[in-house]
Amino acid sequence: MSIDVKMIVNGKPVRRSVEPGTLLVHFIRNELGLTGTHVGCDTAQCGACSVSVDGRVIKSCSILAAQVQDCSVLTIEGVAGGEELHLLQTAFLQCHGLQCGYCTPGMIMTALDIIGENSNPSREEIAEGLDGNLCRCTGYHNIVDAIELGARMMRQGGGSV
Amino acid sequence: MYVHDFIYHRAGSVEEAVRLMGEAEEGRYLAGGQTLVQTMKQKLAMSSDVIDLGGIAELRKISAQGDTVQIGSMIRHAEVAQTPLVLERIPGLAGLAAGIGDRQVRNMGTLGGSVANSDPAADYPAAVLGLDAVVVTDSREIEAGDFFVDLYETALEEGELIVAIRFRVPMRSAYYKFRHPASSFAMVGAFVAQFPDGFRVAVTGARPTVFRWQAAEAALQAVASPEAVAQLDTDGIEDILSDMHCDETYRRRLMPVAVRRALDAMNAPDKETD
Repeated sequence: MSIDVKMIVNGKPVRRSVEPGTLLVHFIRNELGLTGTHVGCDTAQCGACSVSVDGRVIKSCSILAAQVQDCSVLTIEGVAGGEELHLLQTAFLQCHGLQCGYCTPGMIMTALDIIGENSNPSREEIAEGLDGNLCRCTGYHNIVDAIELGARMMRQGGGSV
Repeated sequence: MYVHDFIYHRAGSVEEAVRLMGEAEEGRYLAGGQTLVQTMKQKLAMSSDVIDLGGIAELRKISAQGDTVQIGSMIRHAEVAQTPLVLERIPGLAGLAAGIGDRQVRNMGTLGGSVANSDPAADYPAAVLGLDAVVVTDSREIEAGDFFVDLYETALEEGELIVAIRFRVPMRSAYYKFRHPASSFAMVGAFVAQFPDGFRVAVTGARPTVFRWQAAEAALQAVASPEAVAQLDTDGIEDILSDMHCDETYRRRLMPVAVRRALDAMNAPDKETD
């Protein structure tokens, strides 16, 4: 029996009729075609599916779409301002904060949550904050560099999401 | 992975949730879903009806009453970690919540969900037992000492719903866990609390369910120093868990160390303990 699910995604109201067991990540990817949110492990380990719900980062493979009824969801597609990259994305580019890039959308969404909580996080706080995100390429150093730089650019440039 | 089909309900009140559960063939409450959704994906949990508690405002309150702090069952871990009232009155509980799972789990997982699930390696049960809490359900109040029964088993009756947990405010308290590096669950975790009438020590991760370690409580009561617990033996304690990450001998060894480090953290709350 399908249910009606509605939410705001990247500022736009969306409404779909889906099976009750539809995961949020499948709702985002399959129903809305926003494939920037990735499925890495599908078991809540890797964080590639991280999105923001009402301003807090969560793993979209670990919740039902129905659970975010009427909530506001931000995915990686909503982070940049049109063609212009968000400052944090620019920092990932500058610091070579990615290799294959598969984990990057989740890293960015989690980093925004870390910076949202503390605009000047230490390297230790960044590393601890990334506890739920796995990267199999970089060894994390450049990711931490990128978040540190991104936080600095956001403090100076006033870039916000 | 995909979740099997079920009938989804979004309850608007505790009364409605309990009624829906009563009417369901095989119902299940959905709190934050940080365990349940994964187990549904693995087909380990199959239910005819899922009753989502996410829309029930009365489960999302935090309040202080006398020497207690009552936290609604749908309060997320990150909220317990960051709410000024909790930080002020029971910093040991806020600290425990700040170390559960990872950032994403803390933003979604709930107090009631964790306590009802009663995972043997979960953190919250140690605080519930260590802080002499009362589990408030839709129909009654259950003392923490009577609540945790066995592996994933609690005193909750079929369909009974946790509304809130009422924690007793201690003079001081702290939690220390040997964190499993992959899952963040406790291999062994100890919650130590000091009340005017004595110490309470609750240990999680070591046995099928959380338990009070009376010998450690007595030792601290006699001499409230880290040395008092450092040499405690665990000989009288049975059913210690053993797995590939941490065998029984090692878990026994970790128990007094976890208590000592919790005590260290309690004595010097601003210092990092490791």
